[in-house]
Amino acid sequence: MKIVVCIKQVPDTTEVKLDPVTGTLIREGVPSIMNPDDKGGLELALELKDKYNAEVTVITMGPMQAEQVLREAFAMGADKAILLTDRKFAGADTLATSNALAGAIRTLEYDLVITGRQAIDGDTAQVGPQIAEHLDLPQVSYLQNLKYDGKKTFTIKRATEDGYQVVEVDSPCLVTVLATANQARYMTVKGIVGAFDKPVEVMGADKIEVDESKLGLKGSPTKVKKAFTKGVKSAGQVYEVDTEEAVGIIISKLKEKFII
Amino acid sequence: MNRSEYKNVFVFAEQREGEIQGVAFELLGKARDLAKDLQEEVYAILLGGQDVEAKAQSLIAYGADKVIVASCPFLQDYTTEAYAQAITQIVTDYKPSIILLGATVIGRDLGPRLSARLTTGLTADCTRLEISEEKELLMTRPAFGGNLMATIVCSDHRPQMSTVRPGVMKSMDKDQTREGIIEKIKINFDESKFKVKIIETVKEQTSMVDITEAKVLLCGGRGIGTDQGFGNLQELAALMNAEVAASRAIVDAGLIGHERQVGQTGKTVRPDLYIGFGISGAIQHMAGMEESEFIVAINKDRYAPIMQMADLGIVGDVRQIIPALTQRLKSMKK
Repeated sequence: MKIVVCIKQVPDTTEVKLDPVTGTLIREGVPSIMNPDDKGGLELALELKDKYNAEVTVITMGPMQAEQVLREAFAMGADKAILLTDRKFAGADTLATSNALAGAIRTLEYDLVITGRQAIDGDTAQVGPQIAEHLDLPQVSYLQNLKYDGKKTFTIKRATEDGYQVVEVDSPCLVTVLATANQARYMTVKGIVGAFDKPVEVMGADKIEVDESKLGLKGSPTKVKKAFTKGVKSAGQVYEVDTEEAVGIIISKLKEKFII
Repeated sequence: MNRSEYKNVFVFAEQREGEIQGVAFELLGKARDLAKDLQEEVYAILLGGQDVEAKAQSLIAYGADKVIVASCPFLQDYTTEAYAQAITQIVTDYKPSIILLGATVIGRDLGPRLSARLTTGLTADCTRLEISEEKELLMTRPAFGGNLMATIVCSDHRPQMSTVRPGVMKSMDKDQTREGIIEKIKINFDESKFKVKIIETVKEQTSMVDITEAKVLLCGGRGIGTDQGFGNLQELAALMNAEVAASRAIVDAGLIGHERQVGQTGKTVRPDLYIGFGISGAIQHMAGMEESEFIVAINKDRYAPIMQMADLGIVGDVRQIIPALTQRLKSMKK
């Protein structure tokens, strides 16, 4: 079985803070990580590798420094890695991003394509299903658990708002995975050492199977018209008092609001 | 593409087990505003099984001028491909200018599939929708975390598509006297593309609470600390007839289920009263609660970001304040 996993390097948003005075983002010094849902997707692929000897190729789109997440994927156990990088990819919205990734995946053999459900820096959850459409693959999103019959059929448990759903689908197909689907493995020492010897294949727009007009800013139907900070809402009253007095203030507010 | 051929504001009226989801009514409310500015009409798309037509009237009562109904066994339970085929046919036949979908599990599965099939833009999780002077849809959403907002347009492609989370828009009051047209259509399916088979759909009891419905919400964050701290918060909530919610940190720590998470990857809430206990106010969290009517923040850090948003801020240790507040409420009830 051949598996392609799409991963993204994202800023660790749990580390992002607001400037208390200006209300703007402080981005400096924020570390980059492998997007958590994508890591869940990679773990799923590696579990299939452990059980069924699958070959796992990871692919990411981004600047040269995105190579870091590919090295991390090698250290976890991925077999091959592709970095999609080209100025022609720049300014891509989700549709143009999915076109680039689908264009690269078309050059590969695959039985299963895996993406994370969504990236923590955008939360759109769009790129996975869009890739599936471009490749004419059935999709199963919000994957919590996957069982493989060893031949052709996947039985997949997917999360819904109020429970779960179990579906069946044959390969080839695309799944989008939740970070909570599994516990991603750590990089091994051997893996880390080996990770730097493995080659990362770098692909530009000329190497992938897609029309260039569908890439980057040009291939993006959506455009940002303007970006603005929300402006800090004027703060209410802040009390620095002892516990007893604090309780008193809260109680009187609860009474005022007819909650007690 | 001739943009002027595309007219009217369409809402995907999501149903599950035959019940139209609240977000569909909320979207109809917003669609009415947009259609008014465009001087166009509001259409609802209702897909489902045999009896789904019976629900069409309620969509009119909540603001639809026309309901397009496709009922067929293939549409009874949501599957990506059958729904994508149905809506693609509707878009081809009706040429909508705008399609709004709920940012639910179904909407977030269907929306991107459609956008790729129709080669058009889709803006996720919009918090504001309005019509520009050029009659374009301005779609505003939180960018990178939430404090930065981005207004997005889809100028050269139609339909303009957005998803909106449940609870973000307000539905209009139900008006049983509103009149509208119900139009039944037949979808020509390509069944050879139906490859995902539903084995079972299970509802779980634990997920039944809906914190978006709560009037009073007590929300615990990292400052709560332990199991014990969270237990104390639950006891306090019970005394106040409030619901308990949590930040991502608490959910990730396994203290409470994801269905009670507030924030960008959780739920958007707007209770009458929100009290944050040990919540510092990560931007992702604030994106999910900033529309609350009244916000109280209790935190050790005077300069925690949430203090700037709170109507009332208390600088203090929640591990002391929660038990003291509980004690006081108990003695008042005696």
